[in-house]
Amino acid sequence: MALPANLVKEFDELVTHYPERRAGLIPALHRCQEENGGWLSPETIEDLAAYFGLEPVEVFGVASFYPMFRMAPRGKHLVSVCHNISCTLRGAEELLGHVCKVTGAPVGGTSSDGEFTVVRVECQGACANAPMFDLDGVYHEDLDHAKAEQILRRAREGAKA
Amino acid sequence: MKEFERYLLNRIAAANSHTLGVYRQQGGYKAIEKVLKTPLKPEDVIAVMKDSGLRGRGGAGFPTGMKWSFMPDITKDPRPRYLAVNADESEPGTCKDRVLMERDPHGLVEGCLIACYAMRAKAAYIYVRGEYRLSYNRVQAAIDEARAAGLIGKNILGTDFSCDIWMHKGAGAYICGEETGLMESLEGKRGHPRPKPPFPAGSGLWKSPTTVNNVETIFNAPFIVERGAEWFKTMGVPKSTGNFLCGISGHVNKPGVYELPFGLTARQILDEVAGGVWKGRKLKAFFPGGSSTGLMPASAIDVVMDHDSVKAAGSMFGTAAMIFLDETASIPQVMDVTLRFYDHESCGQCSQCREGTQWLHQMFHRIARGKGKREDLDLLVSLANGMAPGKTICALADAAAIPTLAAVKHFRSEFEQCIELGRDPLAPTHAPAPELQGAH
Repeated sequence: MALPANLVKEFDELVTHYPERRAGLIPALHRCQEENGGWLSPETIEDLAAYFGLEPVEVFGVASFYPMFRMAPRGKHLVSVCHNISCTLRGAEELLGHVCKVTGAPVGGTSSDGEFTVVRVECQGACANAPMFDLDGVYHEDLDHAKAEQILRRAREGAKA
Repeated sequence: MKEFERYLLNRIAAANSHTLGVYRQQGGYKAIEKVLKTPLKPEDVIAVMKDSGLRGRGGAGFPTGMKWSFMPDITKDPRPRYLAVNADESEPGTCKDRVLMERDPHGLVEGCLIACYAMRAKAAYIYVRGEYRLSYNRVQAAIDEARAAGLIGKNILGTDFSCDIWMHKGAGAYICGEETGLMESLEGKRGHPRPKPPFPAGSGLWKSPTTVNNVETIFNAPFIVERGAEWFKTMGVPKSTGNFLCGISGHVNKPGVYELPFGLTARQILDEVAGGVWKGRKLKAFFPGGSSTGLMPASAIDVVMDHDSVKAAGSMFGTAAMIFLDETASIPQVMDVTLRFYDHESCGQCSQCREGTQWLHQMFHRIARGKGKREDLDLLVSLANGMAPGKTICALADAAAIPTLAAVKHFRSEFEQCIELGRDPLAPTHAPAPELQGAH
């Protein structure tokens, strides 16, 4: 296996931003994850290691430090519900329960239809618009249960979130 | 509350305020033009920043001009030098830099140019937390526009000044908001903070002189350069000048991000800006500047919101992220959530922090579940005192210890009641969400 040509081209440009090549590693991990359905496979880690001239274990060590990198496949949609203080004060735990009910996914797991993975996340910096979740990279803020349900149903139906 | 002059958020009311055309219509890029065309010497820019009294808006409140002046003399130290902009905004309650990046990204770009000129930095790296996709995209688009207009790159505005600005995406770790953790992360490593000294100005990114500044701090620079230190000092209080962005969250009627002058009381901010406590309830407590600042009881609501006054009152101004709790909030539940965060975010290098945050969290968790023991409160205090101050590589241990000590000090009887009763009378009543076994 090797990195796809489009990514190699991107990364060749990316590493010119820095005096040392390795600085491109975390942005590159993001791009690989995006292109790979939202997770990093062992093969991807090996490919990136080869590209950056590092040992795979070193790349894994970096990737596993950061909560945004996932080491296992996930559902088609990722719902990240903030459970930090400002969100909790305005009903994040109740919202999380409702998200699980609507999606059929337990917290930290994937729904049986493979559509949704639901996770708890720490503060997303949307505190003045709590509670919130991130759905596939887009913030949805000032949520109530009805609004959350509508957003999730639209995602399930394939509408652009 | 008296009328006051606003400047930080004036431009964002305009449609497409994030674009170059609109930024220029509103007077944008005049400050860098003034610097380059006058021309001001780098030392002159640092002098006006020092004179303005601007203090960093990322939490510590360190004087910005002084920080800039720590960069070594270029005639004696020819290493390339860098500006790193801390856009990792992750302190719970803090959601202000996002407003600037999403809606006025050229203001940040212009600030970077001025800072790089003043410190003779060859490039600025803007380290944005990975979750802030809109911020990232908006600032990247602003950089692209500015580059095309000759404002970034070689020979800016036809002068000798050359400077690059690059975006860099983080990946969800609070510790990368700590300046040396940020630099490790930017170099492509785990975000493990570095022991200091050496300080970043001596040895930072790639062992070169580096200054790390918060987004809002940098955003202030063009205003100060263009309108002068005297103008800047007309706002705020003598030792905390200018305006600041105040993120207000929790149990209030009008949460939001507001531009305010230093020197208002927390009561004025709560009642006159945030619309008071919601649902007609009474105030119980508040965090003045993010969840790592000591929780203050309602009786402290007349504290003046500036760096020194909040410190004198026993807490910290922090990032001015005010989180208000009404009378129905359970302090044990709040502390369970707060310490869960620091437990989750500890990088694990220092044992006091790695173990200490976990133990503090476990104890708050069991008290909140009615399973606390009488000795827990003294143990919390003793543990927190063993973690901080200054016992670890970085201040994350302090960030966990400070709210712990404040909560036990001000709300001891509430914790004792939960322990005695074997339950928390203010605990939430809803059913918990189903958790996958072994998840999280």
